[in-house]
Amino acid sequence: MRAEAHPDPLLIVEDLTVSYHRVPAIHHLSFSLGRGHCTGIFGPNGAGKSTLLKSIAGLLRPETGRILIGRRELSKAAPLIAYLPQRESVDWDFPVTVRGLVEMGRYHQVGLLHPFSKKDDEAVDGALSLFGLSELACRQIKELSGGQQQRAFLARSWAQEADLYLLDEPFAGLDRGSSANLAGALRTLASRGKLLLVSHHALSEAIDLFDTAILLNGEMVACGPTAETLSPRNLECAYGTAVYSGHHHHEHR
Amino acid sequence: MSTDGILHILTEPFSYGFMQRALLSCALIGFTNGFLGTFVILRRQALLTDALSHSLLPGLAVAAIFVGLSPGGLLLGGLIAALLVALGGQLIARNSRLKDDTAVAALYIIAFALGILLLRYARVKVDLIHFLFGNILGVGNGDLLISYAAAGLTLGILIPFQRPVLLTLFDASVARATGIRTGWVEAGLLTLIVMALVASLQAVGVLLSLGLLILPAATAYLMTDSFSRMLWGSAVLGLAGAIAGLLLSFLANIPSGPCIVLVLAVFLGIAYIFSPRHGVLSRFFKGRHLHEESLRRWSGHEGHDHDLPGGN
Repeated sequence: MRAEAHPDPLLIVEDLTVSYHRVPAIHHLSFSLGRGHCTGIFGPNGAGKSTLLKSIAGLLRPETGRILIGRRELSKAAPLIAYLPQRESVDWDFPVTVRGLVEMGRYHQVGLLHPFSKKDDEAVDGALSLFGLSELACRQIKELSGGQQQRAFLARSWAQEADLYLLDEPFAGLDRGSSANLAGALRTLASRGKLLLVSHHALSEAIDLFDTAILLNGEMVACGPTAETLSPRNLECAYGTAVYSGHHHHEHR
Repeated sequence: MSTDGILHILTEPFSYGFMQRALLSCALIGFTNGFLGTFVILRRQALLTDALSHSLLPGLAVAAIFVGLSPGGLLLGGLIAALLVALGGQLIARNSRLKDDTAVAALYIIAFALGILLLRYARVKVDLIHFLFGNILGVGNGDLLISYAAAGLTLGILIPFQRPVLLTLFDASVARATGIRTGWVEAGLLTLIVMALVASLQAVGVLLSLGLLILPAATAYLMTDSFSRMLWGSAVLGLAGAIAGLLLSFLANIPSGPCIVLVLAVFLGIAYIFSPRHGVLSRFFKGRHLHEESLRRWSGHEGHDHDLPGGN
């Protein structure tokens, strides 16, 4: 099923195929999404959830198709994108405080050698307070709870003034309280006009967390409002058939 | 003993020209390697750096065969040999079943063996021990030039590019997503590390050069949670350790390389035990602290808790 075109999309994905050693992980995906949505990406293991996020982040080279952000080519849109890595890929012992982490979000605006201006400091303060981290600003990042750590990374992206947030399994390993707290932070971001793409493995709370959903199975199964997308029929289609992982039978040119 | 007496003992060594050059060389490489060590530690490349230090040897030998012992030739030879091992390791890891640690380890030990053999064919009489353990009192003006160049380039590149390098160290994939060319950052760091190793050759030798990079940075890492304090703290520790080690070696008439490394080791030992936040002593007492915090939370004195549902 092909998603309906969004009237004023922030993110446009057209005919996207990404392969590892010629074996496609995602296959001819097309969809577009506008601002202010919190979008869940669902599908079985190997369906291409992480691959989709990484290619939008510009970390993987598409084999076919293209990605536009705010009508700009991906290579020119880097500051608009905030990619949040999986929690286990972060070195939590790194000598950086919560404030230092959020300040990293300003680096591309501040430049190489300029000191932080008043505006930059205000952006950092604003991000810390929006995510309820002001009192924890001086802590080393390991000294936070799981939910607070996720919020610290969201605050960095906010300070970066990113429009598109890409989160890879942010709820993995969080307890109930932290999950609810992170969900609140995501809703805040969507209500401020940001677009969020979140890969997620559990279907049970999908409707509460996400207003739109993308259902993948190597290929696009469905994309749209969460309740319609995750219909029993679509889920059967996504989880009931094996993920396509053979070699290409056609040329991607 | 009078103050004058102590002062005399500390300054007397530096009335000799060779001692002045040794001191300057120690100060330069101590500071530069300490500074650079922060990057090595945070990239978790201590062992790769050890491998690189061994793989300098064939490059040095080839340089000694063709151009003799001129510092410029040694620098170039060492640089090429170490880069070949580092890049070759990556290449083998990418194109075979071997993982990169195995590939690099295999290459560096092959290079080391090759280097020992090649040194026999050097035109000038080369003392293997000299290359392996250094000879700080033999520092000439050419060696000093290399130290100046290494210090100038390392600080001249890493200070202005601190921010992109920090982003790359912290999370390379996020740095790439924000448009930083992380491949260049990593290649640049590798080149600077090899240069630092070659520059410390005369002072402490191939085998001990790792100590100047790793020990001060590890000490600073245990002492602070701030990146910039770790960076400059490690540089100052490296400077202090190198000078103190040199003085000690002169006064006690023992080899300078091991002396410098052992002084730096004492710093690390002190931090490991007594660091206020990350030392083993404070870890031992931390258990009680957490317990109290949790008790306070349960009795409701914690106040506003950020991580409860609706607490935001």
